[in-house]
Amino acid sequence: MNHPVGKEPLLVLEKAAKRFGAVRALEDGSVTLHPGEAHALLGENGAGKSTLVKILAGVHQPDSGRLVIGGTPVVLSGPAASRAAGVSIIYQEPTLFPDLTVAENIFMGRQPRRAGRRIDRTAMNKAAVAVFERLGVQLDPQRQARGLSVADQQIVEIAKALSLDAKVLVMDEPTAALTSVEVERLFDVMRTLREQGAAVLFISHRIEEVLASCQRVTIMRDGRFVSTAPIEEVTADSIIRSMVGRELGALFPKTETDPGETVLEVDHLTREGVFEDISFSVRRGEIVALAGLVGAGRSEVARAIFGIDRRTSGTVRVNGRSLRNGAPAAAMAAGVALVPEDRRQQGLVMDMGIDRNVALASLGRLGRFGLIRRGSERDLASTWADRLQLKFGRMKNEVSTLSGGNQQKVVLGKWLARGPSLLIIDEPTRGIDVGTKAEVHRILDGLVSDGMAVLMISSELPEVLGMADRVLVLHEGRITAELSRAEADEDSIMRAATGYAAVAS
Amino acid sequence: MTPDITTKPSETVSYRGADDGGQPLWRKLVRWETALVFVLIAVLIFGSAKESGFLDGTNFFYISLNMGEIAIMALPLTLIVMTGEIDLSVASMLGLSGTVMGSLFHDGWSVWAAMAAALLVGAAGGALNGLLVAKMGLPSIAVTIGTLTLFRGLAEIVLAPRTITGFPISLTKIGVVPVQGTKIAWSALIFLVLAIIFGVVLHATALGRSIVAIGLQPEAARFSGVRVDRIKFGLYVVSGVFCALAGILFTLKNSSVSYDAGTGLELNVVAIVLLGGVSIFGGRGTVIGVVLAVVIVGCLQQALTQMGVQPEVQNIVTGSLLLVSVLVPNSGELVRRIRARRRRGPVPAA
Repeated sequence: MNHPVGKEPLLVLEKAAKRFGAVRALEDGSVTLHPGEAHALLGENGAGKSTLVKILAGVHQPDSGRLVIGGTPVVLSGPAASRAAGVSIIYQEPTLFPDLTVAENIFMGRQPRRAGRRIDRTAMNKAAVAVFERLGVQLDPQRQARGLSVADQQIVEIAKALSLDAKVLVMDEPTAALTSVEVERLFDVMRTLREQGAAVLFISHRIEEVLASCQRVTIMRDGRFVSTAPIEEVTADSIIRSMVGRELGALFPKTETDPGETVLEVDHLTREGVFEDISFSVRRGEIVALAGLVGAGRSEVARAIFGIDRRTSGTVRVNGRSLRNGAPAAAMAAGVALVPEDRRQQGLVMDMGIDRNVALASLGRLGRFGLIRRGSERDLASTWADRLQLKFGRMKNEVSTLSGGNQQKVVLGKWLARGPSLLIIDEPTRGIDVGTKAEVHRILDGLVSDGMAVLMISSELPEVLGMADRVLVLHEGRITAELSRAEADEDSIMRAATGYAAVAS
Repeated sequence: MTPDITTKPSETVSYRGADDGGQPLWRKLVRWETALVFVLIAVLIFGSAKESGFLDGTNFFYISLNMGEIAIMALPLTLIVMTGEIDLSVASMLGLSGTVMGSLFHDGWSVWAAMAAALLVGAAGGALNGLLVAKMGLPSIAVTIGTLTLFRGLAEIVLAPRTITGFPISLTKIGVVPVQGTKIAWSALIFLVLAIIFGVVLHATALGRSIVAIGLQPEAARFSGVRVDRIKFGLYVVSGVFCALAGILFTLKNSSVSYDAGTGLELNVVAIVLLGGVSIFGGRGTVIGVVLAVVIVGCLQQALTQMGVQPEVQNIVTGSLLLVSVLVPNSGELVRRIRARRRRGPVPAA
């Protein structure tokens, strides 16, 4: 903070709103960036940060709101316009041309030329070195981009932004894939950029990084601007409170149940580089939620339990029987069902009929000698369509013709038809309208009341708090908290999810 | 455990979706197989108009004799294409297995033992394809172009420049005499029996359902417990074995074998599978369509031959058939893409 924050703001975004169909992604996106500041943008999953970034990047055009860059109101019609206005975006995973050199990547499309329109490599490499010197990093401009670490790739992107005379750098979770040494270097680069009068908008889930490297912080929640404050006036606690401080929306139908015997036991489960040393159990008649930020490794844990991905070490036992590594069919035989995160790719065969999709996980049970009796298939499907109150035209209609909520019911029916003892359900209500959401919650509650064990992964805190008997919080591939229904609240979950579990509340 | 979730009676509300997955309108009205029947009738009329004895029993025997081995190889390939993969090594496998059989027979093995060895070679070759495609995840088009060359090269080492003859006449007469009391060749009869089996497997068994699911959406299939790798591997082994069977029949029919037996036949096999309406992208197709395609191609070739059309020109016909059968079923998608490209072109985003 040895560098004073300038008076005239570089960029002002006011009350930007953006909707996609019926979904309001952003209702009030507001942020003001001054020259020479690193400004943090914080918020939960779905708070509208990415939409705001994409508006600044020119990828999305806001439905309403005002954007002023350098004192003049602008409309960014596309990424090129955004770049021309002096805004550069550094993404978490930069996309460089792997076969080109570092310098070629920096000057792509505007390489210095010699006579005869030939590229002047010497001048280009010299210019690249000059940019790196400004940034205070050492990187060989003549090496291939292939094999650069993510951190170095980000540096190349930043160099590219500098060479374009970018005044505003937006870094979208740049540190998520970096080691601590690399994070330090990135902070050094950020400081250099600030000293040269640029503004950095820094997006991160790691609150400690924000406290260490930014001058001001803006918090968003549910698509709305909440507050902007100088870093001296906030604490990790106050930030977390602002991020989650909202009312529990809908009431959740949660019947009190008495958990029975253990169904799932996960012991020291590890998948190298993804998650580590995960141990927990789920009993009959309880819903255990896996909470955490996107990318914390929740879905990956579910995939490893079900056998889609192989585990590096650890054991998974279902009803006392140890599951073979990497064998979904074995997990299914043991009574496990997985309703995956991505309905369209993983949950359903979109071009197959409702009946065939429901039957797909029960093929072996629909007849003898591997032959399928069409009658039993149709009966199975209509039984579950009835139970789950599926709204459809005809059984043989392709599931791609159904609404998201009804598609989710087909996936549920497909798995419930097997009568599983453990249901793993990843984002049970993502992309589902409010009415069907409540229906899915009622279905889950009914299943648990009847003695099923449910492991639920959800990014929606109200859903986690409303449905779960116990909450496991993952942060960067490790369980950072196990909370009972009584202990769990938005504060405690967010604190553990951002790696602040140790901080006393 | 079947928990009762709802107590309310179900209400079936008709839900109309957007569109049926980008299929052209005529495709919804006319099934591909129906179209094939009309094409077949057209070919028969065309053939009869040019040649009075075209619908004659003897002619039919020759057609079935010509097509038997190709048709047998088309069946496993149908299943492989249904999973979204391909096997281009089929004709080389035919050549290699025939060569192995001939060479062992020449070395004094009994003809039955030589046949069994040929089938084993087929299984091994198929397992190699399956290993590379299913277990190692390599693209099947590249793998099977590789084994196409490899198998043919092995056949050349085993046999060239010899040509083996002298197989027992009791067996080689399948190339001259139809099945007793009928007008069809032995290989064609075997094909028909196999076609029924493959049809049942594809359309009425758990395995067939799994194959369709793999072709349409491999990830969803895996998430449903379908053993994608194992099924693909198995199909390549099956393909190898049936190509070896075709190799045996081909050898006996000609009562001789040389290393270049059946060179180039893979394109006929692929053309038949695609003409039969099996989508090259996987997931769509029927065995009955492939059977119809076999008959159409057989009759068409026979008609052209009887008219004295040069083999080179017949190749042009085969190639065109291949293109048409890929182009027509996907025309809707193609038109959509071209339109989308146009729209994207001059108009700036937003």
